[in-house]
Amino acid sequence: MTGFLAVLRRELQVALRRKGDVLNVLVFFVVVASLFPLGVGPEPNQLRAMAAGVVWIAALLAALLSLPRLFAADHIDGTLEQMLVAPQPLAVIVLAKIVAHWLTTGLPLAIAAPVIGLQYDLPANALAILLASLAIGTPVLSLLGAAGAALTLGVRGGGALLGLLVLPLFVPVLVFGAGAVSASLAGINPSAHLSLLGAFLAVSSIVGPWAACAALRVALD
Amino acid sequence: MLETMALACERGGLPLFSGLSFALGPGGLLRVRGANGSGKTTLLRTLAGLTRPSAGSVRWRGNPIDGEYHKEMLFFGHLPGMKDELTVLENLAFSSKLSELENPDFKKALERLGVARLADLPARYLSQGQRRRAALARLALSAGVPLWLLDEPFAALDAEGIAQLSALCAAHLAADGMLVLTSHQDVPIASAAPQEIELR
Repeated sequence: MTGFLAVLRRELQVALRRKGDVLNVLVFFVVVASLFPLGVGPEPNQLRAMAAGVVWIAALLAALLSLPRLFAADHIDGTLEQMLVAPQPLAVIVLAKIVAHWLTTGLPLAIAAPVIGLQYDLPANALAILLASLAIGTPVLSLLGAAGAALTLGVRGGGALLGLLVLPLFVPVLVFGAGAVSASLAGINPSAHLSLLGAFLAVSSIVGPWAACAALRVALD
Repeated sequence: MLETMALACERGGLPLFSGLSFALGPGGLLRVRGANGSGKTTLLRTLAGLTRPSAGSVRWRGNPIDGEYHKEMLFFGHLPGMKDELTVLENLAFSSKLSELENPDFKKALERLGVARLADLPARYLSQGQRRRAALARLALSAGVPLWLLDEPFAALDAEGIAQLSALCAAHLAADGMLVLTSHQDVPIASAAPQEIELR
């Protein structure tokens, strides 16, 4: 537990001193999601219908933008090597890094999403569901994305490869995340979609760190 | 305490060394020599458990290396392992937490390496040698860690830094610590049981 808190604290400290990286992701998300209404035109019914999908895709791309940094900086300065030889279990360290990643990317996206949703004329209850679906879904992006980031560590052009690797894994999150909002717009109870998102979160919280640890050990061999 | 049995390593399919056996006991110093690319770093990374040997095994207290081993081993590689965004003190505090060191005295450790006045400076402002010294302050905190594995620890250090580091190493050996190091420089370190391996 001390190891978890120490890594979490350090990650947040570093993020706080590199605000540009955090803001970059958030601004990217806001700009991409705001371009669609401008391109598609001001037809309220059309905008409402596409809102959830657009916001979720923008969130996926924003998360993808932030993932290559997750391990690369630590790899270059040698701290990743220190983490691998530390007595603290690597899984705990990796989980702390993933939690910090979510706090600095996923959480701001989820909080900004209702504001974006207003541009699409979403009603208040749909905005709440959008926020809930992102709050449950974005940790999955960090968890599975960490495995992808570890697998592509040190690979030239790893960013493009990372996209090919993790975007297919993000598909269920996109389907059920956007589906929850569409369901609530259609007057259907979205709790089934949200429960399935929760199930994905439970599975990926085991699989993600485990796969990331295995990949890191190979990358630093 | 630290033993290797018929250790063999390869890099990218190229065999580096094979049949390497040695044993290191309390107070023992092992110098690893060899030309560039002869496998010195690979040997140290294998001893640290970072790289898997292609044959043979590394044993610590008679057992294969595992989680417990990492509590009793300190590995210092080519990279200093300092985050540019954090201050020298924050870096040192983090690595001591990561290594589960007890009651670390950071100020004294930085003084031993002559970088105490840089404590509150973000690491990105440090020169190469200062960065190296600040990272090596970790050794001054790790007197209780029995096995030190140091890869080219004298690189980028000036004469004063080399003297400070070799004094630190000698003190570690005198307290029955163990030390494996690779170095191109012939820095004298007082040891009761020095050994040498030449890789070719």
